[in-house]
Amino acid sequence: MASKLDRGPIEEVAAVDILIYGIVNGMTFALFAVGFSFVYGISRLPNFAHGALYVVTGFIAWTFINSAGLPFWLSIILSLIIVSLAGVAIYQFVMIRVRGMPISEIIVSFGIALAILEGLRLQGIGGFKGFIGPGYVLPRFIDGVVDTPWVTIDLQRLFIIAVGLFIMGFMWLFTHYHKMGLALRAMAQNERAALMLGINSDRMANISLAIGSALAGLAAIAIMPLGNINCESGYDVLTKAIAVCVIGGLGSWGGTILAALTLGLATTIMSVLGGTMWNNVLVFGLIIFILIVRPSGLFGQQKELEERV
Amino acid sequence: MEEEKEPIIKVRNISKTFGGVKALNNVSFDLLEGEVMGVIGPNGSGKTTLVNTITGFQKPDSGEVFFRDVKLTGLPPYKIADLGVARTFQIVRPYLSLKSYKNLIVPLWSPRARRFAGSRGGDRDAVAIDLLEEVGFERDAYVPYKLASALPLGYLKRLELARCLALRPEVIICDEVFSGLSMSEIASMVPLVENLRIKGASIIMVEHRLRELFRVADKVIMLDFGEKIAEGEPEEVMQDPRVKRAYLGEEIEL
Amino acid sequence: MAKEERRKERLDRGIKARTDGLYAIQSWREVGYLVAPRAGLILGLLILPLILPGLYWQRVLALAGVYALLALSFDFLAERVGLVCIGGAFVIGVGGYIAGGLNYYFALSPALTIPIATFGGALICTLLWLPCLPLRGIYFAVVTFMFPFLTQSIILAGGLLGSTEGLSPVAGFPNIWVGIYLIMVIVLLSIFGLRRLCGEDIGIVFAGVKDNDQAVLASGINITRVKVYALFIATAMGCFGGAFIAHFSGFAGLSLFAVDFSIMPIAACIMGGPGTMAGPVLGAFILAPLSELLRGLGQLRVVLYCAVLVGFILFKPEGLLNWAARKYHQFEHWVKV
Repeated sequence: MASKLDRGPIEEVAAVDILIYGIVNGMTFALFAVGFSFVYGISRLPNFAHGALYVVTGFIAWTFINSAGLPFWLSIILSLIIVSLAGVAIYQFVMIRVRGMPISEIIVSFGIALAILEGLRLQGIGGFKGFIGPGYVLPRFIDGVVDTPWVTIDLQRLFIIAVGLFIMGFMWLFTHYHKMGLALRAMAQNERAALMLGINSDRMANISLAIGSALAGLAAIAIMPLGNINCESGYDVLTKAIAVCVIGGLGSWGGTILAALTLGLATTIMSVLGGTMWNNVLVFGLIIFILIVRPSGLFGQQKELEERV
Repeated sequence: MEEEKEPIIKVRNISKTFGGVKALNNVSFDLLEGEVMGVIGPNGSGKTTLVNTITGFQKPDSGEVFFRDVKLTGLPPYKIADLGVARTFQIVRPYLSLKSYKNLIVPLWSPRARRFAGSRGGDRDAVAIDLLEEVGFERDAYVPYKLASALPLGYLKRLELARCLALRPEVIICDEVFSGLSMSEIASMVPLVENLRIKGASIIMVEHRLRELFRVADKVIMLDFGEKIAEGEPEEVMQDPRVKRAYLGEEIEL
Repeated sequence: MAKEERRKERLDRGIKARTDGLYAIQSWREVGYLVAPRAGLILGLLILPLILPGLYWQRVLALAGVYALLALSFDFLAERVGLVCIGGAFVIGVGGYIAGGLNYYFALSPALTIPIATFGGALICTLLWLPCLPLRGIYFAVVTFMFPFLTQSIILAGGLLGSTEGLSPVAGFPNIWVGIYLIMVIVLLSIFGLRRLCGEDIGIVFAGVKDNDQAVLASGINITRVKVYALFIATAMGCFGGAFIAHFSGFAGLSLFAVDFSIMPIAACIMGGPGTMAGPVLGAFILAPLSELLRGLGQLRVVLYCAVLVGFILFKPEGLLNWAARKYHQFEHWVKV
């Protein structure tokens, strides 16, 4: 790639730009995906409301910061708690009833996603204005830019990379060393055995959804400041999360990161070459292609989770 | 003078590993035409894997299987069945939502059955009921019209055999047809198997019930941990010390 | 402490016991018993366009007919063949764009575009989904679900086929009655045709594939080929629906790939009675007008479908038609235990 673009000093910078922004992009993919992947990996629940939870966190945080005037940190923490509870509510009141029927789980959670996203877009019901328009922005964590000899990059983007790595590391440690995390992993590997050991499947599902929703919220907090909060991103986030999970496969954090980075770089390159409209084509096309060719994902570890074809 | 019978199935050096466990280790044997061969061995010795490998449901890591001169390894299961190598399933697989005789419509609809059908091809229902009667479904008691889900295991095992018969197979591989049956049910299955041999089929029988197997088998091979440790006539094999050790364990001095 | 308990006892009605299997029919009343449901369906669908007030409701009815075709094809694939396909929007889009495109670019009349779109579209959909067929249930469902989104983004990114504006105008039917009765007749033909098909030997093979595909393989049948036959028939119905919409509404655009077309058939199927063919049609004819009434809520209509779906799965998974058939064929009374 570098050689193709290498036509002069300006293009050389462009290549490094692509690399850096590709990595950032990859990290955003990873942040989108980690919540969805966690829930599906642990409880086999395809939570198609993931994207909606992402958007909801943004709006709740915005409301706390702007309408309620609460300090930044408090708003973040409160909104993360709220979205966690929302995730648990989704499971406890709705998904639990269709547990075990995957098609229904998908459709039901997608329905909830639509209810939330389109509901946020509604105007005029009871004077509710609707969250439309460019005015809704979350403040950045860190303002400012870093000037390096190769590329100029803003600190928020670096922050995203940091957050991504932190979450990956934390989740890995959690599921390998903490009792709760180990229980969740046990659940993922062999539900029956875990049940026999006294691990409560529904409680695990609740916990995994709480954590998964919080992860979605964290992604929102980190990434939304780059643009504005809008409802369309809900669908976008879901699609990208699915893409990472499908391509990377389940059960290996490494696989998720690799897939996310690959997708990040690929879409960045695609944007440079053809424009952002083809990104969707790339993402959907890859999802379909990988599902056909290798349903367990390129790096899928837990083959037990994949039903035999 | 005995005629030289041609081997109808040739298994050559089949090996298959599942994530660290060698299910089959360099297994080779011949099945002669018209012969009934038993495959015995303790649980986990690779018997069902062998069946799956021959019939195409699993691919061996190395080695080949031949039916007459055609190489079976690498072919999908339906092509192998189409060539005339039929199998039963150890855990019976009837179409539970269908009536018993309708279960046979599926194999009768297959290209192979249609090739053999000739002029009577049109009325598959009648052919199905006749086939069921051959395997012992009492037509007068309307057993063929019962839903497959309502049949007891003995009848389901016979249904498996009937499914094979519908294909007019040259080779039938029976995966534990006697298991799970009561003594009287087995007693009525044995003549069925005899009947198949008389009709000209060559049979491989994977079995646990040695006494009944030895009544029908011409030759027996034994697998243990994926390896063929004995081959020969039933009485010979039972005398083999390795066979005794595998089934009964070693003698210890107390 | 003995508590008086009751249980429901169900007995087949005398008529059903006598006529089931058609061994002997003794009276006109028994003939009536058998014929009534079918006649009711046929007459109902044919008369409905005449009694509904106004153009608006007739358009709703036509749209309901398209949804009925989709629900029917979903039911056929899912309940009779074991293929869960949530790509209804893709099939509609393919059919609609082929018909609309042939008319818009080449000025072919609907009499030509509709058959071409139906069978050509079915061919395209089947070929595209062919590599997906070996996938297990949920993966197949997810893949088919993604296809409409992929196609939408290709059309947008490439600026093809009219992009966001779509193709317009597309020739309509000479008369709205032609349109409505065309779709009603096709729906009726499809219901009875599919039922007949499932009674034939190939229908038994379909049931075998759904029940136990390994056993079908062991019987020497190429199950991928069998699934292809089923998929072709189902997508043909959907592509016809798409072609119909294009001509009926005079427009072929991205709205043909709306997620409604993927989700509503499932809701209609569960609500109406999975496996009965006529049930999903009934479900479609209930849900389509219902969702029209809620048009003001925009995308929230899909939430309605999901709510219906969940509600019926939880409380009445047998669906309306199975419930009605049970009442028709059996009578129940409480019996003391």
